[in-house]
Amino acid sequence: MAKTDSLQGSLDLLVLKILSRRPRLHGYAIMAAIATTSAEVLRAEEGSLYPALYRMEEAGWIRAEWIKKDTGRRARIYELTAAGKKQLVAEESRWQSVSLAINRVLREA
Amino acid sequence: MSVWSRISNALQGERLNREIDEELQSHIEEAIASGRDPGEARRTFGSILRQREASHSIRAAGWLESLLSDVRFGWRQLCRNKVTSAAAVLSLALAIGSCVAAFRLIDALLWRPLPISGPSKLYVLSRKMTGLYGRPVEDGYWATPDFKLMRDAVKDQADLIAISDADRTDVTWSTGDDMEKAHVVYASGNMFPLFGLEPAFGRLLAPADDRAAGVAPYAVLSWDYWNHRFGRDPHVLGRSLHIGDQTFEIVGVGPRDFTGTEKGTVTDIFLPLSMSSFATQDRMDWHRIFLMLKPGVNPATTLEPIRQHLSAVNRAFGKACSTCYRGETKASIERFLNQTLVFHPAGAGISELQKDYRRLLGVLGLLVALVLIIACVNVANMMTAQAAARAHEMALRISIGAGRRRLVQLILSQSALLALLASVLGAFFAVWSAPFVLSLVNPPDNPARLALPADWRVLLFGFGLIVVVVLLLGLLPALRASAVRPVVALKGGEDPHSPRRLMRGAVALQVAFCLLVLFLSSLFVTSFRRLENRPLGFSTDRLLLLATVAGKGQLPVIWNQTAEALRAAPGVDSVAISGWPLLGRIKINSDISINGAPPSPTPAFFLNVSPGWLSTMKIPLVSGVDFRPEDTSPGAAIVNETFVKTYFPGQDPIGRTFERGANQPLNKIVGVTPDVPDHDLREPNRAVFYAPFNAIDDRSAPGVVEFATFTIHTEASKPLALAGSLRQLIAQRHNGLRVSNVTTQLDLVRDQTIRERLIATLAAFFAAVALLLAGIGLYAVLNYSVLQRRREIGIRMAIGSTRAGIARLVTLDVVRMIALGGCAGVALGFGAVRYVESLFYQVKATDADMIALPVCALGLTALVATLPAVLRALRTDPTKTLRAE
Repeated sequence: MAKTDSLQGSLDLLVLKILSRRPRLHGYAIMAAIATTSAEVLRAEEGSLYPALYRMEEAGWIRAEWIKKDTGRRARIYELTAAGKKQLVAEESRWQSVSLAINRVLREA
Repeated sequence: MSVWSRISNALQGERLNREIDEELQSHIEEAIASGRDPGEARRTFGSILRQREASHSIRAAGWLESLLSDVRFGWRQLCRNKVTSAAAVLSLALAIGSCVAAFRLIDALLWRPLPISGPSKLYVLSRKMTGLYGRPVEDGYWATPDFKLMRDAVKDQADLIAISDADRTDVTWSTGDDMEKAHVVYASGNMFPLFGLEPAFGRLLAPADDRAAGVAPYAVLSWDYWNHRFGRDPHVLGRSLHIGDQTFEIVGVGPRDFTGTEKGTVTDIFLPLSMSSFATQDRMDWHRIFLMLKPGVNPATTLEPIRQHLSAVNRAFGKACSTCYRGETKASIERFLNQTLVFHPAGAGISELQKDYRRLLGVLGLLVALVLIIACVNVANMMTAQAAARAHEMALRISIGAGRRRLVQLILSQSALLALLASVLGAFFAVWSAPFVLSLVNPPDNPARLALPADWRVLLFGFGLIVVVVLLLGLLPALRASAVRPVVALKGGEDPHSPRRLMRGAVALQVAFCLLVLFLSSLFVTSFRRLENRPLGFSTDRLLLLATVAGKGQLPVIWNQTAEALRAAPGVDSVAISGWPLLGRIKINSDISINGAPPSPTPAFFLNVSPGWLSTMKIPLVSGVDFRPEDTSPGAAIVNETFVKTYFPGQDPIGRTFERGANQPLNKIVGVTPDVPDHDLREPNRAVFYAPFNAIDDRSAPGVVEFATFTIHTEASKPLALAGSLRQLIAQRHNGLRVSNVTTQLDLVRDQTIRERLIATLAAFFAAVALLLAGIGLYAVLNYSVLQRRREIGIRMAIGSTRAGIARLVTLDVVRMIALGGCAGVALGFGAVRYVESLFYQVKATDADMIALPVCALGLTALVATLPAVLRALRTDPTKTLRAE
């Protein structure tokens, strides 16, 4: 089954998309959301998820915030920034054009 | 946002790690809470530590983190060697502070543009011509009628502005007040508008104030004067100001920064050019002429045509004078008319101070730069020694994967730390020392004043200096350290000589520069000593000088009565009158004609003196007699020996006559005196004649005297103690005579040597610093080399080397380096001397003792510095050393 490799280059897009639909998620929830919405086909590894989150945070696409959970522990939740929304549009259109191109190659080759 | 958050994360590395850990931990808990097996959840998560490292490097600025740790490490290194570090910081601070102070002075006097609009378009006009004694001279002063002709001639391309130098003038603020001194400048009315200056208050002078002579009795105060004399009192407008017999009305205050165009002097009062009595005189060259190009005019193409145009106008003006050349030969008229006009950029102002101190400040800059290099080499040597001691550590760091870039950064950050500490201290030193040196520049009663702001120019220079220092300090040790080959170093087999070779080169460099500093300073100090000890030929003991003015003039008889009254005062030994004091910087020349012939090409200088002046000054007569009270000028004269040699060679001058110009009344020589320096200690003696104080005009009627100096020999050894009472005594006589300045003959002589004293003091100071630093450097290098070679020394001793042999082994290289550096230093010295020769007085670089002195000083220092290391080497106990190995 496709695992991390299939996410190469598209993890950012997935995270941004998930956060645009459901803001204020923590890392585990994002990972779980990717898994469930893709019907368990796609899976983001912890080892790449967090570095990606931090990178996007530094790039200013997402914003993080500590909240208190019911258990009394803290969790770090993420939401999209205005720059992130723009980035999402750009990444989406890029993905569309790439997948279209790949499909065309698959059809006509 | 991102850069800042990464920097702040780098500054709080530990907190960041805790946060990342907490988030990852909470992730695992979520996983477990959602029903995953705890063990499986942790396994799929992998190593938390590695996750944290990966995340950390994204969220924190790595370069900053490594820099911080390097700085921390460097700080620990500095703290470990407290004494050496303190010495390094102090010597660097002194050197950096001196450099910044020297820069502040040089920049303020020579480079900083005037606070006016378009300083780069401002030029000053001067003319090159053949002066007295056939020497080429450059004259920057002009007559007002000439200025007006030239101004009108080029008015389409450029504006000409006339500005006089600031004259320290007696001013009175209301009729009852005492006179006080103020720096007064006469300026043409277009100066303020062309400089784009706005009044702080009231109005400034305008072109309308120039329209005719004497119609604009208005004065503008400089902001500085308004501030310190009137405490920014707004009611100063409309007040009256009396100068001589003129009264001016204050109409405004100038802008805050503008203190005139004469760097080194702060102008107090600006008056219209047309208000000076000189302004109507055809032959009175008294003010400078500035040229301001019109906007949009290209200086490269327009300056030369303007110059030629002005040249022609000036020549025509010179030729037009009918009364100027009476009795002169054609050749000497042509010599006078043959003037070449030149423009100099004047955006940084123009002043005699600049001319006098340009070379001196250049020397100062050289000295501080050399001291800085010497100090840097010292500290670099210290760091090389430390780096050599850390060769193992470096090798280890490289073998476990540290990049060489990181090693260079490690060492550079240590040198930056040193430089920063030193520059903080040095800044304090510069804040104090620049005004201090400036205060030594002029006589205390008329100090030089310059704005010395700590603005971006100074900060930029300071920053550049720090960068240079960091590179000088750290680059060599850093490159050396990063070139470490780990395998060799860890085996302990690296060439033990290589750091010493580098340090020995540094010693040679240091010695060369130190000798250069010593050489220059010995020249300056000797020059000053010779000048100070120049035989004067007159006494300076107990001589009080009262410079006195008499408005429009007073008859000699009144002056003589006043002298008589002074003579009767208690504590006064004798009183005489002269036109001006000896060495008072005043000189006026006169043509000399013998037997009605055309004037001789060499003029003579003169001084009017009363009978008894010679004996009060303790100037003896070689032959003849002193003036009698009834002698008049013209009529009698006393001449000096050079005068006799020049005009009456090989003859007995007593009884002979001369005229002051062709067809003038005769003067009969009644006495001959030895030569005495009359206006400048540095210059050789000139032909001088003394004329009687009692002047008479063409019809033998007594002429009036506007100013003269009472020369008073007091009984007590402190002549200035009498000044107050004598000044009052003169004022109480109400005969129009007022004392305008009080000084002593001793002070006048001292003031002559101010510049030489200043450069000698500074040079001696930096020579001492350089010698001390070089000594410390030498000691450190030798000490280090003995420590490094103790195993070798031990072995040599064990196999029977003599003490002399050991001493030779230890010192041979260093002695060679000192000799090499010394020779280089002497060569550099001879090269440098050519540029500063004009500052010397009767001293030549080739004098044997000028070289011997610095060489001896250096040799002695080297001896003292090497002794401890040699003794340490000789005390080496072979058994102990070898056992320790």
